[in-house]
Amino acid sequence: MAEVIFRTEDITKVYDTGEVKVYALAGVSLELYAGELAVLLGPSGSGKSTLLNILGGLDHVTDGRVWFRDLELTDLNDRGLTRFRRDHVGFVFQFYNLVPSLTARENVQLVTDVAPDPMPAAEALELVGLGHRLDHFPSEMSGGEQQRVAIARAIAKRPEVLLCDEPTGALDSKTGVQVLEVLKTINDQFGTTTAVITHNAAIQQMAHRVIQFQDGKINEVHVNETRIAPHEIVW
Amino acid sequence: MQALDKKLFRDFRRLWVQAVAIALVLSCGVALLLTSFGMYQALDDTRAAYYERNRFGDVWLDTRRAPETLLPELRAIDGVYAIEPRVVGAAILDIEGRSESAVGQILSWPEDDDPLLNVPLLRSGGYPAPTSTRDVMVNEPFAEANGFEIGSVFHANLNGQRRELRIVGTALSPEYIYTISPGGMMPDNEGFGIIWMPERAVAAAFDMEGAFNNLSVRITQDASEDEVIDALDRLAEPYGGLGAYGRAQQISDSFVTSEIAQLRGMAMVVPPIFFAIAAFLVSMVMGRIVALERSEIGLLKAIGYSDLEICLHYLLLAGFIAVVGIAIGWGAGTWLARGMAVQYAEFFDFPYLLFRVPGWVYAISGLAALVTTMLGAARAALAAARLAPAIAMQPPAPPRFKRSMIDVAMARLRLSQPTVMILRSFFRWPGRSAMTCLGLGFAVASVVAASFVNDALENIVDVAFYQSNRQDAMLLFTENVPETTIAEVRRLPGVLQAEPQQYLPAILRNGPLEKSLAVEARRPGTDLSRVIGADGEVSTAEPGGMLLSERLASQLDLGIGDMVEVEFLSGRRETHEMVVTGLVEQYFGLGAYADLDYLNQVFRQSPQMSVVNVTLDDNELEALHARLKDIPRLSGLIMMNDTRRSFQDTIRENVVVMNTVYIVIAVLITVGVAYNGARIQLSERARELASLRILGFSRGEVSYVLVGETMLLALVAQPIGWLLGAGIAQAMVGAFSSDIYSMPLILKPDIFSRASLVVLAAALASALIVRRRLDNLNLVSVMKTRE
Ligand SMILES: Nc1ncnc2c1ncn2[C@@H]1O[C@H](COP(=O)(O)OP(=O)(O)O)[C@@H](O)[C@H]1O
Ligand SMILES: [Mg+2]
Repeated sequence: MAEVIFRTEDITKVYDTGEVKVYALAGVSLELYAGELAVLLGPSGSGKSTLLNILGGLDHVTDGRVWFRDLELTDLNDRGLTRFRRDHVGFVFQFYNLVPSLTARENVQLVTDVAPDPMPAAEALELVGLGHRLDHFPSEMSGGEQQRVAIARAIAKRPEVLLCDEPTGALDSKTGVQVLEVLKTINDQFGTTTAVITHNAAIQQMAHRVIQFQDGKINEVHVNETRIAPHEIVW
Repeated sequence: MQALDKKLFRDFRRLWVQAVAIALVLSCGVALLLTSFGMYQALDDTRAAYYERNRFGDVWLDTRRAPETLLPELRAIDGVYAIEPRVVGAAILDIEGRSESAVGQILSWPEDDDPLLNVPLLRSGGYPAPTSTRDVMVNEPFAEANGFEIGSVFHANLNGQRRELRIVGTALSPEYIYTISPGGMMPDNEGFGIIWMPERAVAAAFDMEGAFNNLSVRITQDASEDEVIDALDRLAEPYGGLGAYGRAQQISDSFVTSEIAQLRGMAMVVPPIFFAIAAFLVSMVMGRIVALERSEIGLLKAIGYSDLEICLHYLLLAGFIAVVGIAIGWGAGTWLARGMAVQYAEFFDFPYLLFRVPGWVYAISGLAALVTTMLGAARAALAAARLAPAIAMQPPAPPRFKRSMIDVAMARLRLSQPTVMILRSFFRWPGRSAMTCLGLGFAVASVVAASFVNDALENIVDVAFYQSNRQDAMLLFTENVPETTIAEVRRLPGVLQAEPQQYLPAILRNGPLEKSLAVEARRPGTDLSRVIGADGEVSTAEPGGMLLSERLASQLDLGIGDMVEVEFLSGRRETHEMVVTGLVEQYFGLGAYADLDYLNQVFRQSPQMSVVNVTLDDNELEALHARLKDIPRLSGLIMMNDTRRSFQDTIRENVVVMNTVYIVIAVLITVGVAYNGARIQLSERARELASLRILGFSRGEVSYVLVGETMLLALVAQPIGWLLGAGIAQAMVGAFSSDIYSMPLILKPDIFSRASLVVLAAALASALIVRRRLDNLNLVSVMKTRE
């Protein structure tokens, strides 16, 4: 059995919007293992992003407990969470979230400036196939390229976990596949535990494990006996 | 360089127009603080040092003629530290190459030793030798203005004797930092000089051997000035004492003091307004930047940047604005201070005024600007720091518009959609709209206040120089002369009209309240010198009563019909009870007026006078001046036309400078507020406006939304600005009015319209500059960007 990287114990997340209480997470217990590529699947609004944000230390639970290895995240204050993110987690978001006033290399440097053991920014960009676009600004790149810069930024710190929230959500299928290829390569090459959120069912076939969400709860977890490569995926 | 710092620099470069617009407003605050505070400090320090080193007196006393045997008694007065008796006199001077006569103030130079008090600072040459009857030392500005050098000679009419005097030295005196002749309105270095002459020579000329007529006193630290003054007055009474007075009434010192007070007031009041506006602008712009960069902030947090680092990042961005503002402010302030120094050099005669603004004033003004900017940025920076990383990654919820009474009203009015958009955003952020209007209001107010001062001064000058005093010249006599002398004056070449007038030094008392001043006596119906009230009407003192200025009446707590005790300090020094028969509102002076014939009757004397007002035939001026120098007992001559001209030149120059400065300030404020406001609107509305374009609205219609809101805010700001301006004018009237002056609150409609014109034009220009960006709006990309 592989080492457990993340463990959650019956976590809930309630948004109190005044009139109604929204149960974004309604009791989720889950483990993520070292080196696995897990896909979190579920309809929009089912709580996937909420879970990922909590795992990544971006958000707090309402109830329940979360561990990263032996570190209990639910015990940490904001400063502790900031440290945790800085040292261990790489994020990739649907809308890339690049800083428009910084070039590709400089966007990656945002991370390498503060991470404890980063790789050179150019190397990270090389890994995602953008070695030739180091000094381009986001506005000069396509959506797929921007997302790959975002991935390079996430992996440049050599994170133990990579959390991706709908990384292909804003991309067409061709560029989306390129991005998934990069994620798979990273997972294969570095053994980085990777969680990918999607509401696109086709993507699940590249995962080791698929976690199904429905209404703030885990509906079903299944292990893919046979995985297929991203370039074989079509949607 | 860290990537985050690169972002900082690039953001700043992107924002530089906005940043500079704010920085300019900030720099006004810095420059004014630097100038006024620096000048205040420099002036105050220099004066203190000058007074201390040159032992400026504390109290002065003039008498007709007091014997030197009185000195031990005076010296023994409790609280007196040192005294210095002098003989002072006035003389008409005849300077070669100058057709008009000049006036000299003669001061005796002690025989046995250098002066104890009011020590002149030697500038060139040396002191006059005690035994010389011809050598004198003069004040440096007088020498320079007339092109005198050591060894130059000029002539003086000393008590009726024409004498040649030779300059052996030039000096400056703490008694004459502001050098103005008795009865003069403006410093006139060419026409008025201070002349130090050996005591023996002065005494001989003015029949003052063994006597003195002027005393300077230095009091001990713990002494009461009032008590010393009372004691001096008591002892001087039998010798024609004219009332001792302290520094507050010393002409030169009171001018310097009022200048210093004005600078300090300016340093306290004006810069904070600019700082407040700059802080508001910074907070508005930074708030918008943080709102725009929500997702970037979320990202930075997700990556692991701490709240503090993010907070600092935005504070630093504001810090750049502060740095630019401070740099411009320091530059402009240094330049302004230099300009002011030149101005001061013209009016004040300091030997070593340190016009350099002290280093710590730079530090203070910079710090004030930095703190202000940080305060303005604090809210946005803290909001950035507080932003929860997960929330920051989501698009902000669209602002909630609620239907309100205003919407119902707008619907009733069937306004076009663009108009509705303008009005809705105006009311949606009432705080921001209010602050913007207030900022623009201050711009309007700055022009209103500046124009008001000009109008007020013009009015004062008009009343004082054109309506009240219509004479071409005033001839002043050393003491009262028989009115029959006027016949001699009339015979002088070029004299067309001559009217007698009398100035009688007196103390007016009402119970414990008293005031020493000169009572002006004239005949009813005089034409050349009249008493004109603020209402423009001529007032006349009725026979048997006194006409008082309202300021004097209120200081003495007197009303019409009250009795006032008048102790006349000249002639027989009689005290009379007189009834107050009239009050007149006046802008300056503590005027007390009486009927000349009535006073002669009261004094049981043949008609006397001390001043003759004349009108002159310009063609015979030279002949007149040539003769004047020979008229005995003539102590001074004031050419009113020269005074009027120099006064008006000064005022006109000031008007131009002041109007320019304040219009520039108003434009800077307007551009700072309107440009930034329009930029923020554009950024907030980019999507909305692009949508309108896509829906088929024309470029003009879309521009209307953008420009319309700016102009709506600018229009609403106008009445606010008018009120603020009127308020500031009122405050200035209050601050300006002293024991001597008051300023009329004249607010002509055209100053309001001019102020509005300046600000509306600047606002429109700012909005149009921002509007140009609308043309470059890429419709597709705007719709695509996520926000
Ligand atoms: N900040 C928030 N305030 C209120 N409700 C929220 C907030 N964030 C998420 N939610 C709600 O929580 C639920 C789960 O959201 P999310 O985790 O984003 O779903 P998913 O990522 O699966 O689409 C949704 O119903 C959403 O509306
Ligand atoms: Mg989601």
